[in-house]
Amino acid sequence: MRLTLHGLAARHPSAPATGAGSTPALRPLTLAIAAGEQVAVVGPSGAGKTTLLHALACALKPAEGRLELDGTDPWSLPVSRLQQLRARLFLAPQAPPLPPRQRVVTAVLAARLPQQSLAASLRSLVYPSHIAEAEAALAQFDLADKLWDRVDRLSGGERQRVGLARTLLSAATLWLVDEPLSSLDPARAALAVDTLTRGARERGVTLVTTLHQVDVATRFSRVLGMRDGILQFDLPGTEVTGERLAALYAQHEQELLGPAPDAAGAPDEGTRTAVMYCR
Amino acid sequence: MPAALASPRLRDPAWTSRVFWTLAALVLVVPALVATEFKPWTLFEPDALRSTTRFLRDFLPPKIEGEFLLLVLRESWRTVAIATAGMALALVIAIPLTLLSTTVLSVSALSGRMHALPFALRQGVRGLLILLRSVPELVWALVFVRVVGLGPTAGVLAIALTYGGMLGKVYGEILESDDAHATHTLMRNGAGRLQAFFYGLLPQSATELTSYTVYRWECAIRSSAVLGFVGAGGLGQQMDNSMKMIQGAEVATMLLVFMLLVGLADYASARLRKALA
Repeated sequence: MRLTLHGLAARHPSAPATGAGSTPALRPLTLAIAAGEQVAVVGPSGAGKTTLLHALACALKPAEGRLELDGTDPWSLPVSRLQQLRARLFLAPQAPPLPPRQRVVTAVLAARLPQQSLAASLRSLVYPSHIAEAEAALAQFDLADKLWDRVDRLSGGERQRVGLARTLLSAATLWLVDEPLSSLDPARAALAVDTLTRGARERGVTLVTTLHQVDVATRFSRVLGMRDGILQFDLPGTEVTGERLAALYAQHEQELLGPAPDAAGAPDEGTRTAVMYCR
Repeated sequence: MPAALASPRLRDPAWTSRVFWTLAALVLVVPALVATEFKPWTLFEPDALRSTTRFLRDFLPPKIEGEFLLLVLRESWRTVAIATAGMALALVIAIPLTLLSTTVLSVSALSGRMHALPFALRQGVRGLLILLRSVPELVWALVFVRVVGLGPTAGVLAIALTYGGMLGKVYGEILESDDAHATHTLMRNGAGRLQAFFYGLLPQSATELTSYTVYRWECAIRSSAVLGFVGAGGLGQQMDNSMKMIQGAEVATMLLVFMLLVGLADYASARLRKALA
C-alpha cells in the first residue's frame, strides 16, 4: 500500500483540542512511503512514534492535514467503507492484544477475520480452520509447540511473538508494527525482525515499524528519526550515524543504550471497575 | 485537626471533600429514617414479643409426613424449573440487547465520537432495558396471572422479563468495564462487530459473564418462590396456602426445604465459578 501524508498532525484522543496541553503529539508532517517499502521509526519516548502509527492505521483522526492510503483519503469515506479499508491494513500494538483465556491458535487465526464471513469465523471457533497456516506462522517465531496453549500460560516475550505471528496471517498490504521487540531478548529480537521483514518482502507488503533498538533500525533501508512530534531525519539506515542518534536521543541516552522500556501502554489488570450486583 | 499542623503543601488535598461527603451521607440518612418510621424498639415491647412467640411456637415441630414431603419436593422442583426456564428466556432477551447497547462494539466510536444514529439506538435499547427491569417481577407476575391464568407460566414470563432487563444491563457493564484492547485492535484491523465480540470481548469477559449468570439463576430460584404467593406456582404457592390455613408446621417444613434448596444452589454456583476461574 502507498502512503502519503500532507501536513498530517495528530493528538492523543484524551488531549484537549485547544488551550494548554493542546500541542499535538505529532506535528504537521509531510511524507510519502512507496508500496513495498520498509520503514523503521526511531526516537525517544514521547516522540510521537505510536501516534504516527495510529494515524497511519486510521485509528486516530488527524487533527490537521490529510492522509492518503493508495490515493484515497480514508476520513472522507463513510464508516462502512472505512472499515473495509481497515481490513487492508494491520496494526500490531505494542501490548499484544490477546484475551488471556484464548488459545494461541485462535488468537493467531483472528488475523483472518476481516476476510472471513461471520459464519466462517464462528465455525473456526468450534474447530479451527487453517491450523497448518497458524502453525507455520508460529514456527517462524520459534513457537510451534505453543499452538494449543492458552495465552495466559505464556511468558511476556512469547505473548509478544504470538502477536507478531498474527501479522503473518493477515491479508493486509500495510503492516504497522509498534515496538515489536520490547520484551524480547537480542537473539529472539533478531529472529523476529528478520521474519517480519522477509514476510513483508515476500508478500510485497509495506512495513512501518517503530523500534527502540537503533542497531536493528539501521538495518532498514529507510529510517525516520522523530523527537517531540517532529521529524528530525529521513535517511537510509546506512547513513544514520552515531552522532545523529546521539543528537536524536540527547537527554534520553539511557534509552539509546539501555533496554527498551516495557510496554508502557500495557493494560493494567488491577484497574477493572467493580460490577455491582443488585440484590 | 492534623491539617492545621502541617504547611499547606503537606496538607491532604482530599480531606475537605472526604469530610463533606461523610456529613452529606449522614444528612441524607436521617430524613430517610424519619420517613420510614424506623423504630426498632417496638419489636421488643411486651405485646409484640407475645404475638411473635405465639406465631413462632406454631412452627414447631415441622410437619414431617411422607405424602406432604413428597408434595413439597415436587413443588420445590417446580420452583427450580420456573427459575431455570425464566432464566433461559431472559438470556434470549438480554443477549441481543446487550450486543446492541455496548459502546465497546461501536465502530464509529473507535476514532472519536460515536455517530448520532448509533448513539440514539444505544440509548433506546438502554431505555428498553430500564423499562424491563424497573417493573418488579411481582408486578409482571400479577399481570401474567391475569393473562395466562394461575400457574408456572406466569412465573416464567415474569422472571424472563425482569431478569432480561437486569442481565442486559449488567452484561453491558461487565463488557464495558473489561479491557477493550483486544476487541478494539480487531476492529481497527477491519473485523466486524460480532467477530470482534466472539474473538476479543467474549474470551476476555467469559468468566465474569458466566459467574454473574449463575448468581442470577440462584436469585431467580428465590424470586420464583416469592412469585408463588401471587399464584405463579411452585413452593411459594404452597407456602401461601399453608399460611392462610395457619398451618405453621407446614410453613416450617417448607422454609427448611427452601433453605436447603438455596444452599444447594449456592454450593452449585460456587463450584461452577471455581471451575471457571
